[in-house]
Amino acid sequence: MERFELRFSGNAPLVGRAHVGVVASGDLEVLMEPANETVVSVRTSVDGFEKVWRATLERFFARHPVAARIEINDSGATPGVVSLRLAQALERTKA
Amino acid sequence: MSVPALMSRTSFVELNARERARALLDVGSFRELLGPFDRIESPWLARQNIVPQADDGVVVARGTIGGVAAVVIAIEGAFQGGSTGEVSGAKIAGALELAAKDAEAGKPIRPVLVFETGGVRLQEANLGLAAMADVHAAVVALRAHVPVVGVIAGMIGCFGGMGITAGLVSRLIVTKQARLGLNGPEVIEQNAGVEELDSRDRPLIWSLTGGEQRHAVGLADDLVADDADALADAVRAAFDRGAPAEHASERIAFWRARLDRLPAAPEGMALRKLWTGDRP
Repeated sequence: MERFELRFSGNAPLVGRAHVGVVASGDLEVLMEPANETVVSVRTSVDGFEKVWRATLERFFARHPVAARIEINDSGATPGVVSLRLAQALERTKA
Repeated sequence: MSVPALMSRTSFVELNARERARALLDVGSFRELLGPFDRIESPWLARQNIVPQADDGVVVARGTIGGVAAVVIAIEGAFQGGSTGEVSGAKIAGALELAAKDAEAGKPIRPVLVFETGGVRLQEANLGLAAMADVHAAVVALRAHVPVVGVIAGMIGCFGGMGITAGLVSRLIVTKQARLGLNGPEVIEQNAGVEELDSRDRPLIWSLTGGEQRHAVGLADDLVADDADALADAVRAAFDRGAPAEHASERIAFWRARLDRLPAAPEGMALRKLWTGDRP
């Protein structure tokens, strides 16, 4: 397991909070909450992929520059699954 | 199930624990206790290099079932095999104990356990075992007042200490995809050898521990199709029927007599013939 924290410069406020996903093989859990600055805490079962996480998250925040506290508990999800879960969480914050 | 029925139903097996709890409660009544944002996670997993989950794999939800106050405890089978650790076990036992308090005070409560678990979480062995004892005691205390309904949907099924919990509930609902047992097939194979039981032989495994078999020999009360609405109906009906005069786990002489007649090489269909019509 590896853990790291990544910071981004989002400023669009979130309406609510959302929880999606399960820490199951190839999947991840995302907790997304309103915050003043954008910090993503990642715990992942696969070591050595911080660069890929940064790139995946950069792409998400480029499209959705939200100010959010995000916690990710990952069990080996691919970048595609990570992107979908993030988009799903953001969608749920609006519900 | 016909093709149109198959296409229009919502599979309960495919739902995660939170969605299952929501599906069993009356529409719009779901309210989660100790949800993921409360962050009551396992303190032991990260120390063993295992990624924890914010709800430790157990969803406790209050709401109503058939208009009556209810608590649904749903285990997430996809996280660590639905295993019972210190926190997940305490959530299950605590929810049952609170329901027992309500029941003792004369408040109506409908408790449902949605199993999907291999039993105790080995990484938290002793704490998980201790929690299991609390869960068993809580079910026995609670069922003296109100029926406790269990659901096993699959595909993991219900094994280990939770297999005992499933044996203690007032009414057990299973699907064909469910499995119920004490030692899981992999454990049996590992301990007794592949000649004893080939855990990869799925037809064999389901012929012994599958929901249809367990229902046929009276170890489960209702066999329901994998359909969220059908399961919600079955749960409501189980509560409407009320608690049995005597719980299956209290009928010790009955089960002992069955074991006395156990053939040397138990086989699914033979057991069905031997035990059908002999319902507890």
